[in-house]
Amino acid sequence: MARITLDHLAHAYRPDPRTADDYALKEINHVWSQGGAYALLGPSGCGKTTLLNIISGLVRPTRGRVLFNDLDVTDLPTEARNIAQVFQFPVVYDTMSVRENLAFPLKNRHVPRDRTAQRVEEIAHLLDLTRVLDRKASNLTADMKQKISLGRGLVRPDVAAILFDEPLTVIDPHLKWQLRSTLKEIHRALDITMIYVTHDQTEALTFADKVVVMHDGAVVQTGTPDELFERPAHTFVGHFIGSPGMNILPCKVEGATAFIGNQTIPLQRIYRTLSDGERIELGIRPEFVRLQPRGSGLPVQVRRIDDIGRARIARVEMSGRSLAASVPEGVSIDGDEAALAFDPRQIHIYANGHLVSGEPFGGGRA
Amino acid sequence: MTLVLEGVSRKVGTTAHIDDVHLTLERGSLNVLLGATLAGKTSLMRLMAGLDVPTSGRVLVDGQDVTGWPVQRRSVAMVYQQFINYPSLDVYENIASPLRVAGLPKAEIDQRVREAARLLKLEPYLDRKPLNLSGGQQQRTAIARALVKRADLVLLDEPLANLDYKLREELREELPRIFAASGAVFVYATTEPTEALLLGGNTATLFEGRVTQFGPTPQVYRHPHDLTTARVFSDPPLNTLKVRKAGGTAFLSTGGEIRTTGPLAAVPDGEYTIGFRAHHLALEPAGADEIAIPAIVSVSEITGSESYVHLDASEHRLIALVPGVRRLEPRSSVTACIDPRHLFLFDAAGRLAAADPAQKAA
Repeated sequence: MARITLDHLAHAYRPDPRTADDYALKEINHVWSQGGAYALLGPSGCGKTTLLNIISGLVRPTRGRVLFNDLDVTDLPTEARNIAQVFQFPVVYDTMSVRENLAFPLKNRHVPRDRTAQRVEEIAHLLDLTRVLDRKASNLTADMKQKISLGRGLVRPDVAAILFDEPLTVIDPHLKWQLRSTLKEIHRALDITMIYVTHDQTEALTFADKVVVMHDGAVVQTGTPDELFERPAHTFVGHFIGSPGMNILPCKVEGATAFIGNQTIPLQRIYRTLSDGERIELGIRPEFVRLQPRGSGLPVQVRRIDDIGRARIARVEMSGRSLAASVPEGVSIDGDEAALAFDPRQIHIYANGHLVSGEPFGGGRA
Repeated sequence: MTLVLEGVSRKVGTTAHIDDVHLTLERGSLNVLLGATLAGKTSLMRLMAGLDVPTSGRVLVDGQDVTGWPVQRRSVAMVYQQFINYPSLDVYENIASPLRVAGLPKAEIDQRVREAARLLKLEPYLDRKPLNLSGGQQQRTAIARALVKRADLVLLDEPLANLDYKLREELREELPRIFAASGAVFVYATTEPTEALLLGGNTATLFEGRVTQFGPTPQVYRHPHDLTTARVFSDPPLNTLKVRKAGGTAFLSTGGEIRTTGPLAAVPDGEYTIGFRAHHLALEPAGADEIAIPAIVSVSEITGSESYVHLDASEHRLIALVPGVRRLEPRSSVTACIDPRHLFLFDAAGRLAAADPAQKAA
């Protein structure tokens, strides 16, 4: 078990990196607390797998150090780091039984036989594999094999951390629900640091206590799921988290008013510090934009209304910009003319992509 | 064209991969095959394409029996989960390849390739090799190649499964528009209920090689005819409980007596399964008529705007999707509530026995 510290870590795959663009992973400083459940979230190519490979020892960083507690492991190979890994596709010995597969990491480390047997039973129980323990792994479905892979990752009680690299990709949606909650229960039961890499926001947000969002080789925000949802620090986080993502609208801001095209939107804070050269945008999540009949609110054209079963989402156009809005129950729109109401508490202002705080009315006393 | 499957089955040994499927797919329609892995989605597509021959039943195209015709004699295009392109050809030539094979005139090829590239937003990448493209662009190229043939039948087998979440969202939003512009019969296989809902069109739910229901997508979602269909078309998984109705009362398998309101009022005495979706299970009662289910919190998963609360109610695992951030202590007790209007009631054979006709957002 360990606290993992990333100290001024950066990595470039090319030998002689000069500019920031040469780095697949830009400088990162981060501490993963012992026992935490973390997710590394971002699109393909954002650097999340590079970071995971540095933690596991598969990649040696160009700069900086990796510490497990106070021990510098930067130059230690994977096998000396005492970590377990679970990959996207099942890693299972087909010729062995499920029991032998689960016991393998323990047998390799000469754990006493009775202790191994007991631990295998424990993990099999947690993953609902008890029934198939004595079956050959080769005849099982992909779902089952991935469960065995998870089990092999979880079976060693003494690991510093468990690293998961998109572990639920091959799993059917129904079983995903079950496995996700199982992983969470296991995390609670075992008190092991877990780092879970994924491009799937639902998996990241539901698994982790803290999510690290990466974009273009850099960490853009670290926070709890509600922080990422309610106060995205960067427009990328607003876009990437949420489905559909945050509406990001180019605008002008003067004091406590935003201008989008010829529409004015009152704000709840005053923005004095914005300079002319910056790209200013207004961000608001579709959940906080309500579609209503025309007459009051900001006039829009309705392009389409998607029925996703438990909710309806309107795709609208306002001053030439596309937006997504929620359609409250009972609201019906005739034709394509409608209006939007923004929840003023949920409007954020961004300058060059970064969140600007603004000041409360009344000189900061409010 | 119209594609009709008439009692189509395919057996391999004694196992029925496809079991007595009847489907009529109209020209210009989008048809989703929704089901778990191994439910028969790919097998059914292979029969539609002519890659496999049914063991019994007939395949008709515009009334003509084409059962047993090989794929080469049919007008079919396919897109797979893996991005399949010619690595040595650039995007333009990848899209053009089926037209070159067909020996079309150069000007015609150019016009069709550019049209497909525009539709799939590939115009800036026409001279790139597939390996220098993102996964999303590679799959757009494969879709463009399928469209450019102007095949009567276009089969897409989980085409977005290998893409990042956000790319999937983006492409999924465009697909209905792309399909509508084409006029072919589209068949789209997916394991994800939400994807089916977003695509719209018609949905056929598949389970163990059988089509359990076929109709307009929102209708199949809101009015499943049986328990299997409701299960296949629910994500999070459908919550179910057993109930025994005797006289004016009903007894839940989780313990406790409930009033026979809603669909329960409409059925004779007996044993039933009630099914309801996660977003209809609340953690606070909203009305006097609601059914209360005592439960223990197992895990709460927070997405930022909503929380999925996993509950244990005697031997049943239930999932409630509730608004806002709810950090409930594991092993704490709660009372879960469900409005009887949102119940589906299934008989012992799994057939829908009753649902509230006024039900709105199941």
